[in-house]
Amino acid sequence: MKLSEIKDALRAELITADDCLNMYLRAGTASDLMSDLLTGPTNGALLLTGLCNVQVVRTSVVAGVAAVVFVREKHPTPEMIAQAQEHGLPLLSTSFTMFSACGRLFDKGLRGVETKAPRP
Amino acid sequence: MSLLKRSFEIKARDFIRAGEAAIEVQKILKNIGFDPEQIRRASICAYESEMNVVMHGGDGELVLTLDTEKIMLDINDQGSGIEDVDLALQEGYSTASQEDREMGFGAGMGLPNIKKNADFLEILSDKGAGAHLKIGINLRKE
Ligand SMILES: Nc1ncnc2c1ncn2[C@@H]1O[C@H](COP(=O)(O)OP(=O)(O)OP(=O)(O)O)[C@@H](O)[C@H]1O
Ligand SMILES: [Mg+2]
Repeated sequence: MKLSEIKDALRAELITADDCLNMYLRAGTASDLMSDLLTGPTNGALLLTGLCNVQVVRTSVVAGVAAVVFVREKHPTPEMIAQAQEHGLPLLSTSFTMFSACGRLFDKGLRGVETKAPRP
Repeated sequence: MSLLKRSFEIKARDFIRAGEAAIEVQKILKNIGFDPEQIRRASICAYESEMNVVMHGGDGELVLTLDTEKIMLDINDQGSGIEDVDLALQEGYSTASQEDREMGFGAGMGLPNIKKNADFLEILSDKGAGAHLKIGINLRKE
């Protein structure tokens, strides 16, 4: 899904430079636990998070996350924005809650990072 | 024979700079042009061990060494050490503080994930004498 479509679906504000709206996100993931995030195949994925500190940016860079959405109107600090710009990591902010934001993106066709569903 | 050696200082409890060493490591490996999957594995190992020094250790350092066969990471700190290494390696085990948890850490997933991503992991630790992690990632043979 394109970042522009994600932005529209979440009525989100793009906080970093707007030269990345054509970026393609292969999947989505949601977490407030940074080490947990690093255990998954998050390369090229969109991260939705309720956590808003500089470690979210660093973890995303290390994990190869392609873009980050802060839910519940969390707004990144100037330090976070500067670091994200340096690494070409787009940051967005939405007023939707985590559940609603994930649901809206799933509804539009974005899927999780898992390659196969667990067996019942 | 090592082809490159770089060391980075890590400060205990410094959440402003925490992770910078790992990101430098990632940058160096990217510039050399290693395989993206190997860069990812090495960066995750560097980051998790750096965060552990910041949260649980004392002041320390991370040393990156490259040779023709592997990427090596040595992470040392002067904290109180890991009392029970087997326990620390269990998923979910964490002694993280409230502040660590507020920063998004303390899932008890760091060391298990280092183990998963490394081809070689040795944890040397004596109670009271700090922790030393030796991590190796083999370069893929084409
Ligand atoms: N450098 C260290 N010095 C002292 N204790 C450590 C060190 N590294 C790890 N530990 C101990 O091992 C435990 C498990 O570490 P691990 O990285 O798996 O989880 P965590 O850091 O608590 O949480 P997470 O990594 O998921 O954010 C820590 O909670 C801590 O008690
Ligand atoms: Mg840890």
